[in-house]
Amino acid sequence: MAVSTDTRRVAFRTNPWGRAGWLLLAAYVVYAAGRLDFTWDRFVLGLDSGAKFIGRMFPPEILQPESLAKGLMESLEIAILASFIGIVISLPIGLLAARNLMPAWATWPARAIIAAARSFHPVIVAIIFVKAVGFGAMAGIGALTVASVGFIGKLFAEAIEEISLKQVEAVRATGASFMNVILFGVMPQVFGRFIGFATYQLDSNLRNSTMVGIVGAGGIGGTLFSAFQRFDYEFVAAILLCIIAMIMVGEVLATWVRGVFVEKGRVEDE
Amino acid sequence: MSATAPVATRVWQRFTPRERFRRFVIYLVMVVAIVQSARMVEIIPEFLYDAPQQVQDLLTRMWPIAWSHYPEGVHEALVETIHIASLGTILSILMAVPVGLMAANNVVPNRTVNYLAKLILVSSRSVNSLIWALLFVAVFGPGALAGTLAIAFRSVGFVGKLFGEALEEANRGTIEALEASGAPWFSRLLWGYWPQVKPAFWSIALFRWDINVRESAVLGLVGAGGIGMALDTAMNLFQWPRVAMVLFAIFAVVVIAEIVVTQIRKRIL
Repeated sequence: MAVSTDTRRVAFRTNPWGRAGWLLLAAYVVYAAGRLDFTWDRFVLGLDSGAKFIGRMFPPEILQPESLAKGLMESLEIAILASFIGIVISLPIGLLAARNLMPAWATWPARAIIAAARSFHPVIVAIIFVKAVGFGAMAGIGALTVASVGFIGKLFAEAIEEISLKQVEAVRATGASFMNVILFGVMPQVFGRFIGFATYQLDSNLRNSTMVGIVGAGGIGGTLFSAFQRFDYEFVAAILLCIIAMIMVGEVLATWVRGVFVEKGRVEDE
Repeated sequence: MSATAPVATRVWQRFTPRERFRRFVIYLVMVVAIVQSARMVEIIPEFLYDAPQQVQDLLTRMWPIAWSHYPEGVHEALVETIHIASLGTILSILMAVPVGLMAANNVVPNRTVNYLAKLILVSSRSVNSLIWALLFVAVFGPGALAGTLAIAFRSVGFVGKLFGEALEEANRGTIEALEASGAPWFSRLLWGYWPQVKPAFWSIALFRWDINVRESAVLGLVGAGGIGMALDTAMNLFQWPRVAMVLFAIFAVVVIAEIVVTQIRKRIL
């Protein structure tokens, strides 16, 4: 920040660079919108068909109750299993990736695995899993497990890197074995945050499990996609409402679980 | 722990019985949920056995990567993807700022408005970007417009939630000072809240742009424009070397986006 030589005090000084930035942003919006062929006519035309579309979505109607129930259950199963397997895999990987506890030869491969797991969108991973294990829930579980390993592994490693080493030293000084150092020196310090990531990931897996079905990896997404293709828009609306309800319930439960595990005195949002 | 117990037999316990009970219930529910899911989910073992073979087969088909496909089929789509992500982020911020303001109780002290805003934010986040894309493809037809709107509508929930939380954490002092000087609502917003939430705002915008680059790469699978369309075409034609090329391009653009965001964050924030 440059030191102002202006001795006259001005309230709310203008910032020419900031203004130039906003102008540049506006110019980009115009340019990019032109490149993507956004025209007012198209938008108006879309609004018209949008009104028709929404008109056909209401009232929502459950056309195939079994298929809806099966899809929702399958999404839930995919989310739970993927979170569980993902957490089980990411615990050792996250531990190995923590640079304050592990030597470099252990952190590099672990970090590479985490980076690889994070680099592709779950849908792309799901496509590859569909090819590998065929259509169905297995592929969804695989894809979301990969996503969970990437996310939890990274955050878990970062959480361990931020711990206080004093407690670790104290446990080590008692002659504790390596496992005991981890269990009594490291884990208690990161457990609260770990619950936070785990519930967040379960939540996120639940959202994503409603989507992987679009590429054939099981769950409610498949039901939704086929309803779309048959133009059963009232069923689409019903499925969407069910998904939103399921995810809202999941979010409330996740917040509650976090509240139970996070130590008192720490402030949690509502 | 009963209060009448003799001092010598009292044992220190970290958690109250109530806490222990609640934790026990959560553990129990988790175990039951995992076991039930594992039993109910449809797994076909035969498919699992030949998975390594299938993956190997996939990889051999993908090699060598069709680099020559880049100029003709991938470059345009890649640029389109970045535009979709950027425009979608900008649009989402335009929509999220008012909703975020409505969600913050200290800016709009009205519980009904706060809950209404939170409902909008949760609905936006609950519907996945791919599902938003399906909806917008049905409305606007296939193409980048549907993709941009899908990205924008999906991001509103994320940006609005974080922006609203940043506003709620703003320091009261400055705002009270402005209030005392008789500043109207909008001036309080611009000179009281904005300077305080500015770093958080840019950090949220950058973070979401990074996520949106990843998300916009797959929207094409449902016809919403961008590089996902190239991926979909190549897969439908079983041109695996081209699929590998597209995947590599996505990987590269995601890595570059992450580097750009980290660099900007280091310089500005």
